[in-house]
Amino acid sequence: MPIEIWLIFILCVMIIASIAALEIKDILSSIIAIGVVGLGVSLSFLFLQAPDLAVVQFLFEIFALIILVRAFVKKEYHQHEESKTNLLISIVTIIVLGLLFLLSLPVFQNLPAFGKPLMTVSEYYLFHGALQTGAANLVAAIILDYRAYDTLGEVTVLFTAVIGALSILKIRSKEKNRETSNE
Amino acid sequence: MIVYLLCFILFLVGIYGILTKRDLVKIILSIGIMGYAANLMLILFAYRNNSIYPILSEGKAVSQMVDPLPQALVLTSIVIELGTTAMLVALALRLYEKYKTFDITKIRRLKG
Repeated sequence: MPIEIWLIFILCVMIIASIAALEIKDILSSIIAIGVVGLGVSLSFLFLQAPDLAVVQFLFEIFALIILVRAFVKKEYHQHEESKTNLLISIVTIIVLGLLFLLSLPVFQNLPAFGKPLMTVSEYYLFHGALQTGAANLVAAIILDYRAYDTLGEVTVLFTAVIGALSILKIRSKEKNRETSNE
Repeated sequence: MIVYLLCFILFLVGIYGILTKRDLVKIILSIGIMGYAANLMLILFAYRNNSIYPILSEGKAVSQMVDPLPQALVLTSIVIELGTTAMLVALALRLYEKYKTFDITKIRRLKG
């Protein structure tokens, strides 16, 4: 079976799972549905010949599921609050997004067809990567050698995000301590 | 081309969730969906017919490998996404501590 059929199947499953994740009332079910979407992305990375990405996406998905379940499942707010969405806003949004989809069809027609990429820059990396860096894995050669400054910036962004999350959570626990001591 | 269109529909589902949902958890999940769609779109552009993964080994021709550059860039993007998701979750928990709800229409009074 050609690879495109598999990809269409996986993408349809992912679209259905994401709509389900947005519409289901129960919060645990919608987090699990997001897990289906992420693992579908991992599977399609495997089909698209990107094993490093498939492994990283799998780990990301497991970590994200653990964080989301740990943070949100205990809060029992869905039982006593009905969160009904405004029907008018939904219809207007669907119409506008449909128009956006129709208007962007010519863009996708002008792109190179699936399976025939423009490889003007990457040809250089493919043919010279092993000689210049000595790495057998060309993705690792690009990340850690040709684009090392990019990776440094990525690590900086990740560090900043983790510091931000930790400091936000720390403020919270400090205020809670103060409230309990006042009582 | 139909693969690109389905991937774009996945992105539009994410935008729909951000625009219409009133629950902070659902908005965080929609941002995640948009991230998945963007990463997948970049890797779809990189695929080449009848090709193999870009790792050198015996008997594999270099001219038959997929494009390694988008894979390297998406690898960094996935890791950053994890950090931003953790930070969004922390912000949502902080808002819940303060207002006792995840509904964004009830968090509108942003003062004090």
